Amino acid sequence: MSRFSLVNWLLVVGVVLLAAVPLVIGSDTEFAGADGVAVERIDESDYRPWFAPLFAPSPETASGLFAMQAAIGGGVLGYVFGVARTRRRNAPPPADPPA
Amino acid sequence: MHIAEGYLPPLHALAWTAVAAPFVVHGARAVVRQVREEPETRLLLGAAGAFTFVLSALKLPSVTGSSSHPTGTGLGAILFRPPVMALLGTIVLTFQALLLAHGGITTLGANAVSMAVVGPWVAYGVYALVRRLGGGLSAAVFLAAALADLSTYCTTAVQLALAHPDPASGVPGALAEFIAIFAVTQVPLAVSEGLLTVLVVRLLTRVSPAELARLGIRPARQEA
Repeated sequence: MSRFSLVNWLLVVGVVLLAAVPLVIGSDTEFAGADGVAVERIDESDYRPWFAPLFAPSPETASGLFAMQAAIGGGVLGYVFGVARTRRRNAPPPADPPA
Repeated sequence: MHIAEGYLPPLHALAWTAVAAPFVVHGARAVVRQVREEPETRLLLGAAGAFTFVLSALKLPSVTGSSSHPTGTGLGAILFRPPVMALLGTIVLTFQALLLAHGGITTLGANAVSMAVVGPWVAYGVYALVRRLGGGLSAAVFLAAALADLSTYCTTAVQLALAHPDPASGVPGALAEFIAIFAVTQVPLAVSEGLLTVLVVRLLTRVSPAELARLGIRPARQEA
């Protein structure tokens, strides 16, 4: 494996570890969203929200929509890399800087 | 960092919207100009928008026992300068506010200021500073993306503290509480965002070096 790929994989492993370690050491907590924790803190005061979301999906629908958001973004990213890679592969050799 | 719908008093909501609006309008013009003047960078512009789209959908667990998500705004701010991200970030926030009940229309201005204005400008400033001090591309990108992420959440904490001061300890007391909720949770996520942004920039320098060079992104000599 080239040094380039090795570093890339180490970056991926780092991100996975950063997400996995809290799950393992904090397996008895619920990992509530920080946004929701802030809402709870405000609900303890006298403040009451004065506007409600126009459309609030059920939690199941919401998780699907979040997945869709990630899928759209991931799809576009993949498309960009695919196009850029193909373009570079088809480019005349002199355009290549030294690897 | 999404302040929930209705959770800022009307006056605060209005004020933050007024702050955000000129940045977003300026950002829209910046995007149009970018596409017109350098159409060959359209692909990278799409990548920057897509990166924010993905990362802000990923809720990751953190060591504090709560979870939160990265923002993904650092990449675009480094590649295209911050105004472009003012528009792209606000588009993402609008999508989440309308379809996911995540954030809100009344809080869109405040959320845009934290995620689409403060974060990108911090990213750009940190990136420029590290490069000027002789730092390598990866180091600059990592610090820029991680600090953009963190500063976004600190901004949210300030916004909420101003709107909801603690009855006993006032704004400073509330700020300490909201910082504890948001910023502490965010530290490992900011590191994750930094690593992911470095990964994407590395891959882009491999597949698209000419476009990156046109945007002024060049690997330092010492880097492989």
